Amino acid sequence: MSRGVRLALFGVAGAGFAAVLVIGMTGLPDFGSYHGVYGQIIDGIGVTVRHGTDLITALNFDIRGFDTLGEEFILFASVLGIVLILRQLGGERHQPHQEESDEHHFAGASEALRALALALIPSVIAVGVYIVVHGQITPGGGFQGGVILAAAPLAMFIAGRYMRMRVIAPHLVIELGDVIGAAGYALVGLSGLVFVGIFFKNSLPLGIPGHLLSGGQMDVASVFVGLEVSGAFLVAWTHFLDQALLIRSGKQS
Amino acid sequence: MTVLQVAVLVAVAVGGGAVVVAPNALRQALVLGIYGLALTMLFFVFQDPDVALSEIVVSTVGLPVMVLLALRKVHHQEGEREEDSS
Repeated sequence: MSRGVRLALFGVAGAGFAAVLVIGMTGLPDFGSYHGVYGQIIDGIGVTVRHGTDLITALNFDIRGFDTLGEEFILFASVLGIVLILRQLGGERHQPHQEESDEHHFAGASEALRALALALIPSVIAVGVYIVVHGQITPGGGFQGGVILAAAPLAMFIAGRYMRMRVIAPHLVIELGDVIGAAGYALVGLSGLVFVGIFFKNSLPLGIPGHLLSGGQMDVASVFVGLEVSGAFLVAWTHFLDQALLIRSGKQS
Repeated sequence: MTVLQVAVLVAVAVGGGAVVVAPNALRQALVLGIYGLALTMLFFVFQDPDVALSEIVVSTVGLPVMVLLALRKVHHQEGEREEDSS
């Protein structure tokens, strides 16, 4: 197909798509005007019945905790896929641990960048833990806090010290974090089945809305999801890092 | 709709276009990070801080790191293949 024909084809398809998009968009309600019944019910019971002031977390970890179980295992399965694809194959070998790969000063990692990255680690951990444990009170929760926590060891790599990142976040520990988090979240659901007879029904004391220990199972679920998400991201990143920096095809000496 | 909302919508539109027209994959990965920052502001301005918090780390750190490392690996393998053939 010549360039002209392709452009003509794109022109027709693009114009049609734009027309349908504009027609669809003009029919949308204004931003902030919402008349759905479900949302108004959630608004009504989120704080009074479930004792969580962040309704997104109340929805994710309590009212529709079962949906989150599925979402959590989507992440788990995709990380499993990354591990399977990026594993070390028979013909491949690890680059010998020379001084160069121990320190791994990659081009352009200045002293200022290294100092900044290392100085960021404690504050990133503090923010991550805060976001995980305050999920039911303020915006955030297990997923958001977990991703932020995973970024803390990654700062070690940005500081140019990948081998040290492997020391502070070894494969076994991050894999265990991923697995314990995923299993723990399922156990939160099972605890509902065991103690009150319904899967993912809250069986813990609800506490006072706005307090750190409130919202019943939300806090527990949030911590397990945080563990799973930070583990999952770190497993994925370390497999990418191993492939890019350490594993070489076995042909050359 | 406020001025701020219009501004971030324009930023997202421009950012999305910039990712597509970036000349090579390396620059594309970096522009993708900036585009993610625009998306973060979009979520925040449209009152969804929960999604904004996820987006800020996933799009500015998580995804670019994976793309950059994959590019480095591909680059390395191409180098090895050229050494083999020469």
